[in-house]
Amino acid sequence: MNGCFSESFGSPARAFLGAAREALGAPALVLGASYIGFGSLVRASDMTVAMGLYSTFSGWALPGQVALVELYAVGASLAAIIVAVALTNVRLLPMTLALMPHLRAPGTKRWVYYLAAHLIAVTGWVNAMRRCPELPEEERLPFLFGFSGMLWVVCLVATVAGYYLAGSVPAQVSLGLVFLNPIYFMLVLTADLRDPARLRAMALGAMLGPLFYFVDPDWGLLLTGVVAGTLGWLPKLVRTPSRG
Amino acid sequence: MGDYWAYVVLTAGAAITYFWRGLGIAMAGRLRPNGRVMDWIGCVAYALLAGLISRMIVVPIGPLAETTLTVRLASVAIALAMFLALRRNVLLGVVAGATALVLLSG
Repeated sequence: MNGCFSESFGSPARAFLGAAREALGAPALVLGASYIGFGSLVRASDMTVAMGLYSTFSGWALPGQVALVELYAVGASLAAIIVAVALTNVRLLPMTLALMPHLRAPGTKRWVYYLAAHLIAVTGWVNAMRRCPELPEEERLPFLFGFSGMLWVVCLVATVAGYYLAGSVPAQVSLGLVFLNPIYFMLVLTADLRDPARLRAMALGAMLGPLFYFVDPDWGLLLTGVVAGTLGWLPKLVRTPSRG
Repeated sequence: MGDYWAYVVLTAGAAITYFWRGLGIAMAGRLRPNGRVMDWIGCVAYALLAGLISRMIVVPIGPLAETTLTVRLASVAIALAMFLALRRNVLLGVVAGATALVLLSG
């Protein structure tokens, strides 16, 4: 699934449908499995299936959802929950910023971008970062809407499925399901990363992530991103001093 | 506390989550697409994700915490090996890694 896709889908409508179909492969399977895990977590936390659905619908981004439900279950204060979710999801800011130049198309209304923003999450983002720069401008937003929109729907269904499956899946199997997520992210992120600066940033981030988590579980991830990202980026700055 | 409190918490979580995404859209127009700042932000985004994934594998929270680090790292190595051996097939790599984890921790 990592062939050359430099050619266009043919039209915005085809880009939307083609992207939705692509999402239904490995991405939907892996993310669906992860959301089955989330659904069972919701049930284990004594929340209702409607609450789980509302979470996936309104606050779609798995690590933040898990943090929220776990903290809610132990009775954490609202302030503590908001800080934890904010820090877990702050990655969405640089992700959105980095993707935006590859989404822009002339004549697009601003609210369309704000709508698309809700669909920016790791799986869709990785694929959009890879594909959108090579697509004609008018097919980029349709690609994101098709790909991530399909994933969103899959996640909603999986949340419900996980809620009702909770407890009926052997512990060993659910262990495997939980593990799909980090492995998938690792493989798609490293799949075809050609920019040496981003590669350096990722290698450093992988090393510093667990280390900084021990130093401070709340701020560790943000610190990892800024330190590893900056160190990975610096050599590029030195080598291309004239580019603004 | 009742149901309504859960929805207050979930709505607050959704609002802060969208805040980062919306802020990204609002700020993006002010940055040069191929400029240095954008390069830096891209590096920070990839480093953040790599850090998150590595933390999920090395220091997992939840059920994975019951497996040993050796088993998790061995499963990651198997996933990577399969991925590279099978012409970069993501699905087979992921399935191999998860299966390895289930078998090794059994």
